[in-house]
Amino acid sequence: MKTENQKAWFFVLPVLVLVAFNALIPMMTVVNYSVQETFGDNVFFWQGLDWFQQILRSERFHAALGRQFLFTGLILAIEVPLGIAIALSMPRKGIWVPVCLVLMALPMLIPWNVVGAMWNIFTLPDIGLLGYFLNHVLGISYDMTQDPIAAWVTIITMDVWHWTSLVVLLAYAGLVSIPDAYYQAAKIDGATNWSVFRFIQLPKMKTVLTIAILLRFMDSFNIYTEPFVLTGGGPGNSTTMLSIDLVKIALGQFDLGPAAAMSLIYFAITLLVSWLFYTLMTKDDLN
Amino acid sequence: MLSWMAWTWPTALVFIGIFSAIGVLILLEIRSPGGAARKGVLGLTTTRGDRLFITLLGTSYIFLAWLGLVGMPLWSPLGLAIAWGCFTFWKV
Repeated sequence: MKTENQKAWFFVLPVLVLVAFNALIPMMTVVNYSVQETFGDNVFFWQGLDWFQQILRSERFHAALGRQFLFTGLILAIEVPLGIAIALSMPRKGIWVPVCLVLMALPMLIPWNVVGAMWNIFTLPDIGLLGYFLNHVLGISYDMTQDPIAAWVTIITMDVWHWTSLVVLLAYAGLVSIPDAYYQAAKIDGATNWSVFRFIQLPKMKTVLTIAILLRFMDSFNIYTEPFVLTGGGPGNSTTMLSIDLVKIALGQFDLGPAAAMSLIYFAITLLVSWLFYTLMTKDDLN
Repeated sequence: MLSWMAWTWPTALVFIGIFSAIGVLILLEIRSPGGAARKGVLGLTTTRGDRLFITLLGTSYIFLAWLGLVGMPLWSPLGLAIAWGCFTFWKV
């Protein structure tokens, strides 16, 4: 007995083929590289799981992983509450709605490397607007090419500037989908602003916020271009995130085997965190 | 044609294993649709596909943890991974 129309599968087929070519096959190649050693010319030597062991026990990997988690944790802790706050204070009706939306979308339209270059020039101590202002007007010593703290502050600020809009737009989409009846009911019950937020707006925004946090987690955990252009991973190694380290190993040192092993470990971490987060956030809905 | 992918037998077997597991799931799904969803001991509602995913993800972590903390040989984590897979398909 045929109960369901299975035609939809054919519509998914093109995506499946695309994913196979741009994700699955490269991924399989990375798995193959991770157990071999090569000196170029497409000649490979079996190495077993040595690279995995080497990466898992390397101080350099632990340090980069620690910095990566610190970075992602910090930007999520700033961007999510800030994004919600901005979305809450944006107008829901009137001519200011499109103005606000366009203003919010602007930073996201700028390519990553341009953002990196912009902030690099913006924060240079002698010629940059911000750098000059801090150093020569306010008298605060600020040089992100010398001071790791300044480099971190700059990278975090840059990411917040670039990506808070994503959280804002998603949260705003969740907010405008709440029918007026909810607010009227809350008003009749004499609900405070906090209870309206806690019991109406936040639950209604849950799905879009889940997507926002997942996107921001994955994006920031894989961040490469912006810190690379801004600080080049320096000063020293202080802003060398996992992906910058990975590219250094793969292209700088041409150690394809260790780089492949590292990227698989990196992938496993991203996958686990994303899966855990998604499962926990949607657990109640499914049950 | 495939030389650039640098295939080895062990890695090929890993992928053959994963794809055949997915194939078995497809056959099971055709025979009894719905994915056999149930609420397991972790409080999650899982289908057969979810349980395979949890098994594979857990397996990779068991092996990685063993490699990082203990090292070769990998017979013990293999046993652990099989036990984890059985537990996942039985209880989770």
